Amino acid sequence: MTTTAAVPRTIPEHQGTLAQRILRAAITPGGAVFVLVVVLLVAVIWSNPNFGEPPFLIRFVGRTAPLAIAAIGQYYVIVSGEFDLSMGAVIATQVVMAGNLIGQDEDRILPVMVLMFAVGALIGFLNGVGTTLLKVPSFIVTLGMFLALGGLVKYLTGGAATGNPVDKFRQIGRGGITDVPIVEVIPYSVIVLAVVAVLGALLMRSSYGRTLLAVGDNPEAAAFAGTSVWWTKTWAFMLSSLSATVAGILLVGYAGVHPSVGQGYEFQAITAVVLGGVVLGGGRGWVLSAAAGAFALELLLALLTFRDVESTWRNTVQGVIIILAVAASARAWTLGRRPPSPSSDPSGRTATAVDPTAPPPSRPGTDTGEH
Amino acid sequence: MRRKSIRGPLAVTAALLLAVLTACSQTSEPSSGDDPTDTATSEATAEETEDSGDDTEWFDQAVFDEQDEQRGATFEGDPAEPYLQYIDGEMTDTSEYKSDGAKKVCFANASISNPWRQTGWITMNQQLKVLQDEGVISDMETRDAEDDDNTQIADIDYFISEGNCDAFVISPNSTAAMTPAVERACDTGKPVVVFDRGVETDCATSFIHPIGGFAWGIDTAEFLIGNLEEGDKVVALRILPGVDVLEQRWAAAEKLFDEAGIEAVDYFTGADPTEIKKIISDELAKGDVQGVWMDAGDGGVAAIEAFEDAGADYPVMTGEDEMSFLRKWEDTGLTGLAPVYSNFQWRTPLLALQKIFAGEEVPSEWVLPQVPITEDERADYLEANDGMPDGHYAKFGGENLPGYPEVWQERQIP
Repeated sequence: MTTTAAVPRTIPEHQGTLAQRILRAAITPGGAVFVLVVVLLVAVIWSNPNFGEPPFLIRFVGRTAPLAIAAIGQYYVIVSGEFDLSMGAVIATQVVMAGNLIGQDEDRILPVMVLMFAVGALIGFLNGVGTTLLKVPSFIVTLGMFLALGGLVKYLTGGAATGNPVDKFRQIGRGGITDVPIVEVIPYSVIVLAVVAVLGALLMRSSYGRTLLAVGDNPEAAAFAGTSVWWTKTWAFMLSSLSATVAGILLVGYAGVHPSVGQGYEFQAITAVVLGGVVLGGGRGWVLSAAAGAFALELLLALLTFRDVESTWRNTVQGVIIILAVAASARAWTLGRRPPSPSSDPSGRTATAVDPTAPPPSRPGTDTGEH
Repeated sequence: MRRKSIRGPLAVTAALLLAVLTACSQTSEPSSGDDPTDTATSEATAEETEDSGDDTEWFDQAVFDEQDEQRGATFEGDPAEPYLQYIDGEMTDTSEYKSDGAKKVCFANASISNPWRQTGWITMNQQLKVLQDEGVISDMETRDAEDDDNTQIADIDYFISEGNCDAFVISPNSTAAMTPAVERACDTGKPVVVFDRGVETDCATSFIHPIGGFAWGIDTAEFLIGNLEEGDKVVALRILPGVDVLEQRWAAAEKLFDEAGIEAVDYFTGADPTEIKKIISDELAKGDVQGVWMDAGDGGVAAIEAFEDAGADYPVMTGEDEMSFLRKWEDTGLTGLAPVYSNFQWRTPLLALQKIFAGEEVPSEWVLPQVPITEDERADYLEANDGMPDGHYAKFGGENLPGYPEVWQERQIP
């Protein structure tokens, strides 16, 4: 797993010794999620030792990749202070497009994939423009997009599966590099996830990433500092829809075409992001913690299966555990914040320190989407 | 600092909301029938035993025995026209409805949200064309309730008050909720034909349905039991809880598995292939799985693929007569059975109305044949349905209708 290697880079503050930084990172929510992943992994393997075998683990990573990628996409939007509820519908749209347009013709794979990304970018652009320039809360814009796309899919398919696209296309989500020592197979989805994760981490270290955090933390301050807020946020929405497109391509391969594919993905992705300690309302959190949140969520589901939790009970048990986990991670915030805050705040927290009176007036604007 | 202290609780509240929503969105809405706690207490002393509460709720020994018997019953009528066959029983006298001229039919449909209903809906429309050409039906006005009880009640009431209908065809969305609306339709004194899922009233002129869920459960469970050994593990993939036709399938199968010493675990999948794959992968990580049971074949291919992906031996499996399953079944050569929830029943309501308007008597409860497709018959059905899309159902029964086979191949939803 990538968790142990990733912990040292968990927070933006870059001071103190390595050990101090790891410790400090682990008690912030963004770091605590990695601890949660490890705890859940241990619990799963303890419940079912087979799961710990490398071939099972790598396949688990492979099948979690779509959700992790969706969570990474959702992260950009949430960290900018908005929500993207259209994600599941985007996935369903892409899945149906792949099924209907590619069909059994291998020559169409590339052009259709280009089209899918174009559609993804367009949806994100519309979400972004609706939220920023038209000033409709993102909750409503993306909910509207969710309904519109859902209706479109229903219209195109009549609400039921048509047929799977050609196997070669499905290999992206289903196949992998075979005959690898130890793990037997490296699913392509794991490679795609790795690429998306690295790109995401690099992006958040670039000037765009810092601008995005600043916009999410305090849009007024960011605007006064010369940032184009609407463009920054619109890009976040486009990244989200493009991530959903990638997730959709992997899911077509993994599962096949069905209108229910992608259903509920927006909420799972948001839950993953929250489990990853990313603050709803924007401005704080690490992109890879969101991906780790997705793993925590999937491990939780696997744990319920291995503990033989009854089918009728599963949703309830899952819901309660998620609430407890998020509550615990919110505790971690306060525990993690107090001791180091006086010394570490000025360097890392650029926007927060700008104006202590600014946050209360700005809250209605940034928070409308949350309720 | 102030800002952070606000955000902590805020994040928690928002997350609470999300967690609930996530939990809800995991599977589709569980319909009316909630788990009773009173009946469960007597049996559920050993906490973790399989859900005996559900078992007692949906299992009905009398109906189970009746359907078990009907599986071997003789059907009246020509076997080449299974959609007109019925088990001999009480008939409704329809002489009062006898009248000439083309009639307007009003159809309150539960939904066309799954491939089974879509296939049937296409067949029904082709049947309608025939009857329109024959001058029996002038027009059929259809309202699609999109799986919503309230919408369907409103649809039926609209038909009653403003539909100008000569007859009603109702495919109920759920049993209990639709009963009063069906009774109101009956009160109009016009013929009412109910098909597929039932209602708790016998006021309808005819209630058309295949044998039923228990018969499905018996067919499938007996097949799996016959091909497995005591102590083997069966994963049961169920679409959603609370729908009687689906619950009865599982209630019968679970009882038989239990008696035969087969270990069966059930999951709700919402027919989502992603869920199905995850469930099978996790079960394979737990240990060997020898059998897969499905309460509907939608998603069966994903279940089989999960075994391929994990490099495990194919299970003994029961799916449905959906083309995707039949094809995958043939490709893989696994030991399987395709139970059938006779899709040709979508033709019967309109044909019943033809009889009713002619004054011919019709069965009060019109029980249609429901015969699974075995491995020996599979090739015939694959050949007969060559070129049909994956979501098509082999026993759709529309071979002698106009537009065959193009209309079903193109699968344009009317």
